[in-house]
Amino acid sequence: MKKLLNTLFVTQPDVYLSLDGDNIVLLKEQEKLGRIPLHNLESVVSFGYTGASPALMGYCADRNISIVFLTMTGRFLARVVGKSRGNVILRKRQYQIAEDEHSAAKIARNFITGKVYNNKWTIERMTRDYSLRLDVNKFKEVSNQLSTVIDEARACEDLDSLRGWEGQAAVNYNKVFNQMILQQKDDFYFHSRSRRPPLDNVNAMLSLAYTLLANDVASALESVGLDAYVGFLHRERPGRASLALDVMEELRGVYADKFVLTMINRKIVNKDDFLRKENGAVIMTDEARKKFLSAWQDRKQDKITHPYLGEKISWGLVPYAQALLLARFLRNDLDEYPPFLWK
Amino acid sequence: MLVLITYDVSTSSIGGTKRLRKVSKACQNYGQRVQNSVFECVVDSTQFAALKIELTKIIDEEVDSLRFYQLGNNYRNKVDHIGVKEAMNMEDPLIF
Repeated sequence: MKKLLNTLFVTQPDVYLSLDGDNIVLLKEQEKLGRIPLHNLESVVSFGYTGASPALMGYCADRNISIVFLTMTGRFLARVVGKSRGNVILRKRQYQIAEDEHSAAKIARNFITGKVYNNKWTIERMTRDYSLRLDVNKFKEVSNQLSTVIDEARACEDLDSLRGWEGQAAVNYNKVFNQMILQQKDDFYFHSRSRRPPLDNVNAMLSLAYTLLANDVASALESVGLDAYVGFLHRERPGRASLALDVMEELRGVYADKFVLTMINRKIVNKDDFLRKENGAVIMTDEARKKFLSAWQDRKQDKITHPYLGEKISWGLVPYAQALLLARFLRNDLDEYPPFLWK
Repeated sequence: MLVLITYDVSTSSIGGTKRLRKVSKACQNYGQRVQNSVFECVVDSTQFAALKIELTKIIDEEVDSLRFYQLGNNYRNKVDHIGVKEAMNMEDPLIF
């Protein structure tokens, strides 16, 4: 398994990224903020408007380092993609399956199974650890409902009913999500998911976490030679990395949601870290974003044993491992795509 | 792993300044300058081998010298810094 390299986050708006030799150089008003050898980097995430030099983009595209541009509030702007990697045969196979609803559904159901399974175990674990503070009956009920959905989704061979099951699982899971927030309940609450713009503190954090995760997954898929824009569950739409969203489904709960909950429950963020704008949108302050990114980066370094591969890898490599497994399945090396089932 | 590279390039010999510049450029491509002729590079063994070859080709072994210190993967407790120009750790969160 490859080594997880670092991610460079640029959170100041007026920093220009340029290339010098094999280094990325950060310039702020002609002044050097820093230089980092690019072989230490996996990706570059830039919040701001000054941009990057074409030479740097070319270099990164060539060496599979992803560059992502986000607005200051964390909304996705663009991702630099270079020449297509891997072989055509793999991608053609991917397109074939995506075209055929029936085979697409067979893969898509594994994404959903993974997602619901992980959410179920998040709930189960919360019930076990905090049985005195939670409405245990409610949690057990939701967990049972999710088990039903897992069984149904496993046997489902039709995309539309699969989406139906997913929706039902999401509704159930969201019902108890608010209860999983154990600390600072006055400032952090979850009623429903809101985005563009996020309307409360929790949604603001979820949005940023999902954006970061989606980019990681998309570049992982591209690095194994798959087309991140052609999905099985998510239909293709120009500019949407559908396959990345597919693979992300199973990681949302166990990776992003749990991360956000930890940030709140460990009081790493508090109410002063958020600003409300006139239109009701909630954004994170610059300081909060830095805290968030540095915790996110630390989280990625944590080691786990991959449940399917049985290999010790860091959390940050999970998207890559899943992309690898998906490619193996498309090449017919595996009978089925093994979703990431985390217990 | 972390590799510490130090060099002495004799600038009084012929072409010395040119070699000095080349050596520092090559080191910079792999790591960060922590002191005037001292570099810290976080590299894997392939990159380390490549860097070694690259640098050996540049210098004049009659008058210049290179030293590589391999600090391994657990280098964090092996490096202390006192004074100005604190170096950054390439494996910590990089946020600017």
